[in-house]
Amino acid sequence: MLLAWLKEFWEYRELFYFLVWRDVKIRYKQTVLGATWAIIQPFFMMIVFTVFFGKMAKMPSDGIPYPVFSYAALLPWTYFSAALIHSGNSLLAGANLVRKVYFPRVALPAASALGGIVDFAIAFVILFGLMFYYDITPGVGLLLWPVLMIPLVLLAMGIGMILSSLNVKYRDIKYAIPFLVQTLLFVTPIIYPSSIAPERFRFLLSLNPLTGLIEAFRASALPSKTVDWPLLGLSVGITLVIFVLGAMYFRKTEREFADVI
Amino acid sequence: MSTPIVVNNLSKEYRLGRLEHETMLREVIVNMFKHPLRRAKRKKETIWALKNVSFRVEEGEVVGIIGRNGAGKSTLLKLLSRITYPTEGQIKVRGKVSSLLEVGTGFHEELTGRENVYLNGSILGMKKKEIQAKLDQIIAFAGVERFVDTPVKRYSTGMTLRLAFAVAAHLDPDVLFVDEVLAVGDAEFQKKCLKTMDDLRTSGRTVLFVSHNMSAIENLCPRAIWIEGGEIREDGEAKDVIRAYLSMFADAQRTGHDLSAIQSRGGNGEVRYTGIEFIDPEGRATNLVRSGDELNVRLHFDAREEIRQPHFGVMVYSDMGSLVTTFSTWATGLDVPMLPRGKGRIDLRIDSLNLMPARYYLTLWLSSMGATKYDHLDHCVAMDVETSDPYGTGKGMGRRFGLIYVTGGWTYGGGAEGSRGNQ
Repeated sequence: MLLAWLKEFWEYRELFYFLVWRDVKIRYKQTVLGATWAIIQPFFMMIVFTVFFGKMAKMPSDGIPYPVFSYAALLPWTYFSAALIHSGNSLLAGANLVRKVYFPRVALPAASALGGIVDFAIAFVILFGLMFYYDITPGVGLLLWPVLMIPLVLLAMGIGMILSSLNVKYRDIKYAIPFLVQTLLFVTPIIYPSSIAPERFRFLLSLNPLTGLIEAFRASALPSKTVDWPLLGLSVGITLVIFVLGAMYFRKTEREFADVI
Repeated sequence: MSTPIVVNNLSKEYRLGRLEHETMLREVIVNMFKHPLRRAKRKKETIWALKNVSFRVEEGEVVGIIGRNGAGKSTLLKLLSRITYPTEGQIKVRGKVSSLLEVGTGFHEELTGRENVYLNGSILGMKKKEIQAKLDQIIAFAGVERFVDTPVKRYSTGMTLRLAFAVAAHLDPDVLFVDEVLAVGDAEFQKKCLKTMDDLRTSGRTVLFVSHNMSAIENLCPRAIWIEGGEIREDGEAKDVIRAYLSMFADAQRTGHDLSAIQSRGGNGEVRYTGIEFIDPEGRATNLVRSGDELNVRLHFDAREEIRQPHFGVMVYSDMGSLVTTFSTWATGLDVPMLPRGKGRIDLRIDSLNLMPARYYLTLWLSSMGATKYDHLDHCVAMDVETSDPYGTGKGMGRRFGLIYVTGGWTYGGGAEGSRGNQ
């Protein structure tokens, strides 16, 4: 069953490629700043966080300068939040295609999840600049980042598949998505390190698959920290479960899309 | 290759109204609390868009699908294209399929013409290499060479349509489904569409073609399927199926018109028209009148007195009020010396109704040589002339080409070279 699905997806791989390509191309068409928007978003967020959380609220940051601390986490977060929003709305946005053309519908949430990787790569460069500014040598663990992207993308796709198919039938999901993203921002240790959470809450925090992933991104970039492998393993495990559940739900509801959308 | 298209007992049910009730997740949740037992009682209003449809299409056949709006034609194409799934029954389609349910699907206005060709081509099922190879041809076909690197949002509607169609025209599938693509665009665009369809017809591909353009269907498709109310009404030779389909409209009115009840009429009433019928060459009353038909207009009348030397006249007006032509016994030289009292009838034979398909109005008059008017019924009957294909090309018939058509043909130059006479 799954094999047939993958085989069909392979057949339509070119369409999938074109959908991603389209997504990337239109992002910055007719904008003045073009691709620099990819950098501005996480960068300015980092500045705002540094001012309000780092300085005013005096948030501890595991001994690392707060800007670097938050930026290392904001990078994957920016990718993930944008991917989630795009993916969740992808079926509705592509309603016209769904109604008129046959193709594996999963190409839409999948392509939306992948489109943001280019932005991520661009903003990644700034991380080096920041670390250089604060006299921190980048850890060799940075090589782990491309690997860490895989579960991050899978998580975005997995939740995206569920949200987008729910969105087709129940239109208020569209409003729930930004709300969900906002909540995740605070429920994930981006602004704060997970070390400030009391023991009891640590467990709950670790149930959030993003926790392990984001912490791993941060830890591998900075030589002074070590990756929490068990936590990462837990997060990857939960991610895979979500992905499989998402795929199953999507597959189940796929047949009705064209009728309901 | 085995039969490309096999449809067996296909049915498709759509739910009505449900979408109103439960598009909001919060409503679903609220309802779950308010009426925990309600699920069992929920009445589902449904409609069967297709019911028990079965047919086969052999390799290389070009089949037209006709029917009224809402009959189920588009639903059938959607099912065949796997965009939606059957409620009951099976569909088997073999070979590479391309569906043209809309022209320009997936076009994004921010992308350039060239980029959209790749995107749209891919959406329609072409591989990147294929698109690359045909790119120049496609752009030339659309005639947008100068604008190919400008964002499509700067194009005129016509250009966008031409480009979108150009992509579709270069598809190379084994099986092609086309849905009323000819309905949009200007005359020039429609011309291109018909030519492309014609090329498809001779290409050996299997094609299913949905359209309301009866002359196009008659010319392009040897076979036609008429779908009415979600079921197949007729399936056979296009000419016959189209004729059956058009008569359905005609039957909506009674055959023959009762004129005796009409109050507002001129003349002194010594003779009155009581009825009018259209009779086909086989002698049967019909309401189906087509361009070029040989037909009999039968006028019934009732004389209260003996009438000397009456003359009968039928005037044909266009829907815009122009007088197209007049038939009268005075002009054709029929002399009826006397009408006895009581009922009678007279037939007007039309050798070839050279009217373009449109609606016409008839005015009937009855008078005598001495300028006495007996009866005058102005615009009393509407005559819908349906389309046919007198040129054998599926083209040239329609209100926009004029009121009448003339049979004949063309010859180029001195005579021998490139003569293209028809008829």
